[in-house]
Amino acid sequence: MNTWIERQRGLLDTTVANLRRRKARNLGLFMAYVLLVFLLASVVLFGDGMRREARLLLEVAPELVVQRLTAGRHDLMPAQWLERIAGLRGVAAVEGRLWGYHHDAAVGANLTLQVPKEAAPAAGRVHLGATLARLRGLAPGDVLSLRDHAGQPHAFVVEALLDSRSELVSADLVLLCEADFRAFFGIGAGLYTDAALRVVNPLETRTVAEKVLARLPATRVISREEMRRTYDAVFNWRQGLPLMVLSVLLAAFALLAWDKASGLSAEERREIGILKALGWDSGDVLAMKLWEGALLSVLAFLLGYTLAWLHVYYAGAPLFEPVLKGWSVLYPRFALAPEVDISRIVSLALLTVLPYVAATLVPVWRAATLDPDEVMRE
Amino acid sequence: MIELAGVGKTFNPGRDNEFHAVREVSLSIEAGRVTALRGPSGSGKTTLLGLIGGLTRPSVGRVRLHGRDISALPERFLTALRRDTFGFVFQQFQLIRDLSVLDNVMLPAVPTGRAHADIHARALRLLDEVGLGQRAAARVQWLSGGEAQRAAIARALINDPSVILADEPTAHLDSALSRQILEILAELRRRGRTLVIASHDPLVFEMDLVERVVDLRDGRVLTVHGLSTVPMDKSACRP
Repeated sequence: MNTWIERQRGLLDTTVANLRRRKARNLGLFMAYVLLVFLLASVVLFGDGMRREARLLLEVAPELVVQRLTAGRHDLMPAQWLERIAGLRGVAAVEGRLWGYHHDAAVGANLTLQVPKEAAPAAGRVHLGATLARLRGLAPGDVLSLRDHAGQPHAFVVEALLDSRSELVSADLVLLCEADFRAFFGIGAGLYTDAALRVVNPLETRTVAEKVLARLPATRVISREEMRRTYDAVFNWRQGLPLMVLSVLLAAFALLAWDKASGLSAEERREIGILKALGWDSGDVLAMKLWEGALLSVLAFLLGYTLAWLHVYYAGAPLFEPVLKGWSVLYPRFALAPEVDISRIVSLALLTVLPYVAATLVPVWRAATLDPDEVMRE
Repeated sequence: MIELAGVGKTFNPGRDNEFHAVREVSLSIEAGRVTALRGPSGSGKTTLLGLIGGLTRPSVGRVRLHGRDISALPERFLTALRRDTFGFVFQQFQLIRDLSVLDNVMLPAVPTGRAHADIHARALRLLDEVGLGQRAAARVQWLSGGEAQRAAIARALINDPSVILADEPTAHLDSALSRQILEILAELRRRGRTLVIASHDPLVFEMDLVERVVDLRDGRVLTVHGLSTVPMDKSACRP
């Protein structure tokens, strides 16, 4: 055992001395490696973070949302429909919701106006999402002026800003009272945007959805699970775009590593021949190259991953914000909850470290299995 | 000690550029003596040295060490033999650039698994013995030809081999430096090591170092003859 340890120590010492020999080349390779890992890990960490946030938000969402459809389009729902839904077995509670979109020319974005279930602002007052407030330069006490459905201006006093921790969903949100909402959009009493349902037994959500559809065929029922899948699909798709580009980079890097190793210079091949002549067997040469590849790639991976982690969780991933947060005008500014996912680290490491080590070892193995005399004569 | 029986080496067999570097060589090399392989360039000296030291395998024939056929040994055993039994001094020094002299000398000992401190201490002692103690930290490309060859000799001795194989050890050196190197080799012989030297440098044969000469031409042995039987303790051979 001691012999083995001493041998590995010797190989490691030689590896470090070797890495020092070609500083410029190894440093260049190291930096390229760090950059690649940083970009890949940033996208993966950010995508994971977004999905995790979405799941957390959906935990408090209603089990089912029912929307009225007219000619296949979303339409306002009469209050009587809520009563019909409430009468179904398995439904614990039904609540009519009021929300809608308004294009705000000042920021060039669509705002979401919503009547909150609890703690609604007083008439003439609103609560604003932090992103919108930031873009509009508004603080509590200021006035938000919007034009209603008839083109008439409405002035709302900003009563409070929404908690920045909820910015992922509240970036473009304006909370107001029911009367203001109905007046602003011209929606009469007894009409709702949609209905939120709580079911008695979450395992029977699907059955309840079928009952709703049977009773009210002109509706669309959306389950929380469907919403989660939609979020996942959206984030997967968004994450897929940069990953596709980065996979090309990864392939290019693997080619570079392969080229670097397979294009072993005459000097490097001669050195392998010398080592073999001096009593190193092919395994020793491979072990040294394995140490070299492992040191370079593991260190680059750790540095790249750490930078990506800081980039995503502390800097808000500015490099990938436009792609990963969507194409909204109002980019929410929020901090994802830092998390260390071992399985994700391992999978990223396998994706980036193994190809490099494999790409470098195969050509070295070819040179290392030749007669030393043959290599030295080349 | 080392016997070659009908040994031949053919490069690129069956191809247009097929080349017979060594043909039907039968030879025995005695332990504790200095044997020189002499011949012009292309006569097969280096290849024969490589065959003796297990750097390459014969295409035909057998190489035996202490009666054991080493020609067909698996690579692992042949490597161990190269590491533990033979010390190589190459024609072009074959030191690894950008590594220090000390690192170069320690290289053959790395796979042995000996304690690093022991290897380090022995390497320094050997460098002292060849007069390079002060140059241990220098990079090898900064060495003069004579220094580089002395470093190569120190490297050949790091695993305390019983046989030293030296390929043109005085090539590229002036006569003063050549004498220095030959005196170091003489000291090794005095200590009981077996030396096989491939050379066509007349100086090698002028000094009372070589005891047996094998003349080669076109890969074949022409003659084998003794030059002298120099006493082991001859003071003129001391470095």
